Amino acid sequence: MKQLFTSFLLLLITSQGIWAQTKVSGKVLDQKKQPLPGVNVYIKDTYDGTSTAADGTYSFIAADTGEVSIVCSFIGYDQLEKKVRLTGKDFSFSPSMKEALNELKVVTISAGTIEASDEKKATVLKPLDIVTTAGAQGDIVGALKTLPGAQQIGESEGLFVRGGEGSETKTIIDGMVVNKPFFSSAPDIASRGRFSPFLFKGTVFSTGGYSAQYGQGMSSVLALETQDLPDQTSSTVAVSSVGIGAGHNKLWKEKKMSVGFDFNYANLLPYFKTVKQTPEYTRAPQFTGGSLNFRKRTSPTGMLKFYGYFNLSDLGIKTLSIDSTNGFKNLFELNNRDVYTNITYKERIAEKWMLNIGASYSTNVDHIKTWNDTITSQSDMTQGRVVVSRGIGKLSIIRIGAEYQYTEDKFKLDGAKFGYSYHRNLSVFDNYSAEFVEADLYLTPKLVWRAGARGEYSTLEKEYVISPRTSVAYKLGELSQISFAYGQFYQKPDRDYLFYPRIPGYNKATHYIANIQRVDDFHTLRAEIYYKQYNNLTSTIDSTNGGYGYAQGLDIFWRDKKTVKGVDYWISYTYLETKRKYQAYPKEVTPPFAARHTASLVFKKFFEKLNLSTGFTYTYASGRPYYNPNNPDFMSDRTIDYHSLGINGAYLRQIKNCFAVLAFSVTNVIGNEQVYGYRYSYDNQRSAAVTPPAKRFFFVGLFLSFGQNRSKEVIDNNN
Amino acid sequence: MTMKKLLSIAVLLSVTFLSSAQNKKYISAMEKNVAALDTTRDAAQLQSLANNFERIASAEKSEWLPNYYLAYCYVNMTYSTKGDPIDTYCDKAEKFINIADSISPNNSEIYTLKAQIASARISVNPMSRGQKYGTISGELREKAKQLDKTNPRPYYLEGTAFFYTPPMFGGGKDKAKPAFQKALELYESFKPASTIAPNWGKSSTQYFLQKCDEK
Repeated sequence: MKQLFTSFLLLLITSQGIWAQTKVSGKVLDQKKQPLPGVNVYIKDTYDGTSTAADGTYSFIAADTGEVSIVCSFIGYDQLEKKVRLTGKDFSFSPSMKEALNELKVVTISAGTIEASDEKKATVLKPLDIVTTAGAQGDIVGALKTLPGAQQIGESEGLFVRGGEGSETKTIIDGMVVNKPFFSSAPDIASRGRFSPFLFKGTVFSTGGYSAQYGQGMSSVLALETQDLPDQTSSTVAVSSVGIGAGHNKLWKEKKMSVGFDFNYANLLPYFKTVKQTPEYTRAPQFTGGSLNFRKRTSPTGMLKFYGYFNLSDLGIKTLSIDSTNGFKNLFELNNRDVYTNITYKERIAEKWMLNIGASYSTNVDHIKTWNDTITSQSDMTQGRVVVSRGIGKLSIIRIGAEYQYTEDKFKLDGAKFGYSYHRNLSVFDNYSAEFVEADLYLTPKLVWRAGARGEYSTLEKEYVISPRTSVAYKLGELSQISFAYGQFYQKPDRDYLFYPRIPGYNKATHYIANIQRVDDFHTLRAEIYYKQYNNLTSTIDSTNGGYGYAQGLDIFWRDKKTVKGVDYWISYTYLETKRKYQAYPKEVTPPFAARHTASLVFKKFFEKLNLSTGFTYTYASGRPYYNPNNPDFMSDRTIDYHSLGINGAYLRQIKNCFAVLAFSVTNVIGNEQVYGYRYSYDNQRSAAVTPPAKRFFFVGLFLSFGQNRSKEVIDNNN
Repeated sequence: MTMKKLLSIAVLLSVTFLSSAQNKKYISAMEKNVAALDTTRDAAQLQSLANNFERIASAEKSEWLPNYYLAYCYVNMTYSTKGDPIDTYCDKAEKFINIADSISPNNSEIYTLKAQIASARISVNPMSRGQKYGTISGELREKAKQLDKTNPRPYYLEGTAFFYTPPMFGGGKDKAKPAFQKALELYESFKPASTIAPNWGKSSTQYFLQKCDEK
């Protein structure tokens, strides 16, 4: 009994740790053998431990003896745990800790890629920048045109990237191609994109060398990613100088599902009555549109999304015929109907395995009427896409995917001229399939190598091609990195040649890009040089695919959000040297959509006391080539230089649960003469400049948004 | 008295002794560090306090308070930094507040701190994050109020949220003041559950109230 009690006492005392203490000491270093202060060093599951001093040293008394785990933990570093045996003798432990991987310390592929995202850091733009850039008119493409690589083309829509045509840029929403991303337009008048920038949480604008996940864009890809579930239920109302709109977005209580829709109607008649336009509008442009979205979180890792829109547009225009001397006017009437739908599903199917599937259907019908002709042009597209990806280690990833697109194009023409009538009824369809595999291999967190290949087959082009794509990026320091990209890009000839007699086959471009960039929280500096080789371009002069060309140049981008308080500005500059021989060109020349020098200055300032946000965008482009039939030197004439200064402003106000924005914008404030090119009469005797339909465009709009959650009253800024 | 009985009494006694000793050790360790919190705003000192709480949390796995204070230290460290490191601190704070939440669910103090973490994330980029994290923070604050109507801290947080939000976005001193007043009123009658239970924010509330009256 006595024995028992003694042993018990002994147990009690030892467990209280009076005996057999161990002094643990040492120095904690980082990977570069620099001392780390503030590290928590302790014996796991006990109170015993301490923080390292400024020189990384520490010392503490551990009560327990025997097998224990020493833990070193510090923010921004991987936790370190080591099993050791403490005996009561002084114990020395001097580990070095590894910096934890985080997004900012890991290199990303930047060659040819300009990203706008809220989620990712170190991006060139934020989604909000797209709507607050003066001169962009709230149009995604308008804002991207202020970035290096894009041309200032005002006579037709699209992104003309690095010597490429607008049709060489593919627009993609959640992985699915948008066949007709822009409103149908009248000749020589550019139209806007069909979707609101507010729908997207991420935008990737590739100016070349892009991933094997995408294809059929010889120059560029604009990949848009739709928003996930909204933060709250809300409604919006908009009234502007061109139309009205309303929308509602409902978020279910458990925050797992949302349904949103919006509707808008625009009619430019009142505006055109106020601001005189050069062309005579027989029917003022009218747009009716609506969109619907549905989002459901099907599991913690699963997301189902539907997005769809429809657009109806109508316009009629009369322009002075250049071939007539007695004031005869050409007529162009356009009625467009467009529907786009897209459904995607994303889920983690196993540890490290992700599945993305999607399907899309779209249809676009243009009815065009001129004095002589009635044209119906229809373009339908059905597509499906599956991508499976697997993470390898912490950073690397491999993606395997396949896609299929069925497109059908119809063209119907009924015309009559000089008492003689003519008809065309054509239809072309294509089964396009592609498969790709691509791996982003992180050899170290500072060095990534992307290797991929894409195989494509089109029943129309009767050709199977494999395009290799590769890029490498290396982090030079905390803030700067270099990146290189190479890739081959095939594209079906433009729709304009679909109905021409031609030899099947793809157009082809090969890109070489080198990029260097330095990004911190407030500044971005990027410089990129590129060379692009064009082959197998459609040559109508001899009905072959023998066209060719090249583009090379330099892009520079600088953004500064800090130097001047409350001011955010960016400057971009593009130097472009490009020539091509294609279409009906008799020789290799610089095409009309390429200016040698392009520069933009975007300036934004926020006047907090006045609740006013303002900005301007100044854009310059050197004169572009145009075809003058009277000049024997083909395409050697140049337009005057292009200057444009756009301003915008927004007055913001919160009234109870209503957030109001009163916005205005004016393009070409100074009224510079802008000439995009010239058209010549059949006899080459007369010419007319291609200019914007009006010198300036004025816009005023009031946007109201009503949050239904009380707490939206506050946009916390708690620092 | 049989041997067996005696033994079990001895075991029982020693266990109680042990655990009460352990409890004393816990309380005194906590008291020391919680007291130090009141006077510390310096990041290095906060880090060292966080380390202390982390060790206590590692030994006392069934207590929510060490994890709560750990998160409190990390969220307060965000105020002495700028830009992206804020997210790193917030991630850390969130990790520990979630542990605290799993130990003590539906705790008003824990929801208050969750709201504070969400607010702290806004300062990384107020323009693009304001709406999202403002909404999240507001909802968590409302939940904290609901869980304990006598807790002054959610009102204090609400006050600071209004205070730092420009009037054009629905904030401003005029809106902050009533929230601070309400907080102060609750602070007057607030009795912390123990010597180590959360009891911060009163002097800051007074400071902000004064600021609200300044022109």
